[in-house]
Amino acid sequence: MELDSKIPPGPLETKWDRRRFTEKLVSPNNKRKITVIVVGTGLAGASAASTLGQLGYQVECFCFQDSPRRAHSIAAQGGINAAKNYQDDGDSVGRLFYDTIKGGDFRSREANVYRLAQVSTQIIDQCVALGVPFAREYGGQLANRSFGGVQVSRTFYCRGQTGQQLLLGAYSALCWQIERRQVTMRPRTEMLDLVMVDGQARGIVARDLVTGRVSIHTAHAVVLATGGYSNVYYLSTNASGSNVTATYRAWKQGAAFANPCFTQIHPTAIPPGDAHQAKLTLMSESLRNDGRLWVPTMRADHRCPGDIPDGERDYFLERRYPRFGNLVPRDLASRAVKAACDEGRGVGPGGHGVYLDFADVLGQQGLDVVRERYGNLFDMYQRITGEDAYQAPMRIYPAPHYTMGGLWVDYNLMSTVPGLFVIGEANFADHGANRLGASSLMQGLADGYFILPYTIGHYLATAKLTPVGEDRQEFRSALQRVMSRISRLLKVKGSRTAASFHREVGRLLWNHCGMSRNEEGLKSALTSIPALRDEFWRDVMVPGSGEAFNQELEYAGRVADYLEFAELLCHDALHREESCGAHFREEYQTDDGEPQRDDSRFAHVAAWEYREGTSPVLHKESLAFEFVQPTTRSYQ
Amino acid sequence: MKFTLNIWRQKGPEERGRFVTYEARDVSSDMSFLEMLDSVNQGLIAKGEEPVAFEQDCREGICGSCSLVINGIPHGPDRGMTTCQLYMRRFPDGAVITIEPWRARAFPLIKDLVVDRRALDRIIQAGGYISVHTGGAVDGNVLLISKEQAETAMDAAACIGCGACVAACKNASPALFVGAKVSHLAFLPQGRPERTNRVKAMLEAVDREGFGSCGNQNECEAVCPKRISVRFIAILNREYLRAGVVESSLPAEPESPHAEST
Repeated sequence: MELDSKIPPGPLETKWDRRRFTEKLVSPNNKRKITVIVVGTGLAGASAASTLGQLGYQVECFCFQDSPRRAHSIAAQGGINAAKNYQDDGDSVGRLFYDTIKGGDFRSREANVYRLAQVSTQIIDQCVALGVPFAREYGGQLANRSFGGVQVSRTFYCRGQTGQQLLLGAYSALCWQIERRQVTMRPRTEMLDLVMVDGQARGIVARDLVTGRVSIHTAHAVVLATGGYSNVYYLSTNASGSNVTATYRAWKQGAAFANPCFTQIHPTAIPPGDAHQAKLTLMSESLRNDGRLWVPTMRADHRCPGDIPDGERDYFLERRYPRFGNLVPRDLASRAVKAACDEGRGVGPGGHGVYLDFADVLGQQGLDVVRERYGNLFDMYQRITGEDAYQAPMRIYPAPHYTMGGLWVDYNLMSTVPGLFVIGEANFADHGANRLGASSLMQGLADGYFILPYTIGHYLATAKLTPVGEDRQEFRSALQRVMSRISRLLKVKGSRTAASFHREVGRLLWNHCGMSRNEEGLKSALTSIPALRDEFWRDVMVPGSGEAFNQELEYAGRVADYLEFAELLCHDALHREESCGAHFREEYQTDDGEPQRDDSRFAHVAAWEYREGTSPVLHKESLAFEFVQPTTRSYQ
Repeated sequence: MKFTLNIWRQKGPEERGRFVTYEARDVSSDMSFLEMLDSVNQGLIAKGEEPVAFEQDCREGICGSCSLVINGIPHGPDRGMTTCQLYMRRFPDGAVITIEPWRARAFPLIKDLVVDRRALDRIIQAGGYISVHTGGAVDGNVLLISKEQAETAMDAAACIGCGACVAACKNASPALFVGAKVSHLAFLPQGRPERTNRVKAMLEAVDREGFGSCGNQNECEAVCPKRISVRFIAILNREYLRAGVVESSLPAEPESPHAEST
């Protein structure tokens, strides 16, 4: 397997312009004869499908939800970054580029990140044109807020529902193309395999979730926009339907999977409660603009927070990172929370929590200001926990939230499989080892609106694509693979539910491959996971039939993939003998607990190739830093 | 805590449905309503029975998937929230709870508590968008939009498309859903060029899909998880009237991007 990143040579600032000029174009007449499959309708998928439709391609678009508008991008709260410098506070494309590279702990590609910063400004204009009601100042101009890990105010937002509004913008553009019959929308249809013909991605096998019918869909190219895999941890902030199946199946067909161990654990979620809990709810990072994190200085201090005097509180982020305080990037904040809890100073049930305290801002600026800024979040907190955060501090604990890892793609967003493109969270490209807040929305829309529609054209114009029909043997055998797996799942008729296996593999990963990892734990996980997987195939209970609406069958199929994918995640974490970004190996830390990166051995993207029956094979794409000098990432 | 649940079970659109009674035991007051249903389902699956089908995804009140009529009220007893945001501490121990799907002709049933809401998508496809191409958009600050106008557009745009408004309405009217989208775009200068055709096309789609018409009883606002105001139905009606006037008095009125929206 060869990893050619296809980064254009020359100055950083003009790489993308030159690439766009040298790319071949597809003539308008030929576009009509070309079909592109887009799987997933989040920010990346919906924006790509609508733009490809506008360009004249025939698009077939899939999502497992009942409507494309329900993709999980809808739940993003905080905002979207763009280097507009409307606040004139020193922002620029260069600074957004640098912040993102540094925030990612120097594990992403310079060229990709620079392009992302360049197109960020176009995204805002495009969204405004589509009717996204961004927050405005009294004078009518667009408003901004600040976010963790940066010192400028570059985040655009729609109250606490930015993801919703951006997605509805992309969804409305998609609806226009559906109406024009450029896009055929297939909701409640789940991709279950990728089909390769002559070494090229030429279609997918998908299951209609209502009728259970499994069918073949052919195309000239396939775009995956299927999101991240945080749900491999069972409890995460993701929607329960978010899953790894599409990208994992593509991996098994030959697409390299890059940096799977870079998983972001978000610091501010509501702590887990009892065993029945199905998801963790995020409290927006924007709360850290005014809230202060603390734990008691004494261990197992069970006093009410109000009874603990200031001198007996440890404002641990402010103490450890005086320059950024409570606004350090997510990976550092999460680890500091975990460290405090591991020392026995956590609060709430099981000691899994720290306080997020608004007493100071309430005292200084008053209840009304706090209510206007965070009212909906305080309400949400009260609804879930039954506690009033205006009276007592919130309790928060980290939760799996986003995955920087994903299918490997080159500068053109094409995977190692010709004709298979991967966009949004599903690819690995832009966030390195840690993503900064308000950057995922930016990346999803950059890929979908402005990058993929160019680069896919070049592939379609230059690749040799012979006509293929559904009767090709490759399609028949892919169909067979999918059908036999479904019947295998239904035949086990064991005694355990799929959820019980999901919970177990999630707990395993959380303990051994979560916020901190070590060699011993990872090796033990690598022996436990296959055993659990065997038990799944011996003892899972999936009621009902495959020829009908069967939610448990859908779910069991996804859990079966988690049980394989979890192993890949641990292999990657074990190989990376350094601490960088969200990946913290306990063996590699300084005396005061800060991560130790090892650029001499690990300044590379780890891209894993599937091999049947053996461990995955590692390929490395080395990361060259021509324009910024990797430094120790310090927020102290 | 324990509860008695009367749940609507129906194998498919052609089958007859009926209420089946289940006992939910060992429920903690900190469980969400959906987690309580999860635990009932886990018990059913372990026995090899088919679990109760219901829709859910984000479980934080924004995706619009969850859709249960609880004791006769879409999304349950509390105002301004979705089913997934409802917690069991809201119910007295031992309560009897009735759970039904959204019921409307335009929402055919798929299974148990799951209905097909694609009709709402088709209404948006009829015109609930601004037809601008990707690329070439002017700078976001070229058209100034007053804070009040942007906030009102956002109030309308907050709709999550769950369809509770239809389920609550005795006419199964989607007026609040359509009003929210029409108002959102009518309040923004970018949405003005197409406002005349938009409102007509969307309302034609409403009729085509078999929805009823609005009877001004405001049940929709009472159950809307995002508290969308019926004021937007008034704006929908005004936009529709305006469209009629514009059409009958050609040539069309001049459209200024800086014109007041009201």
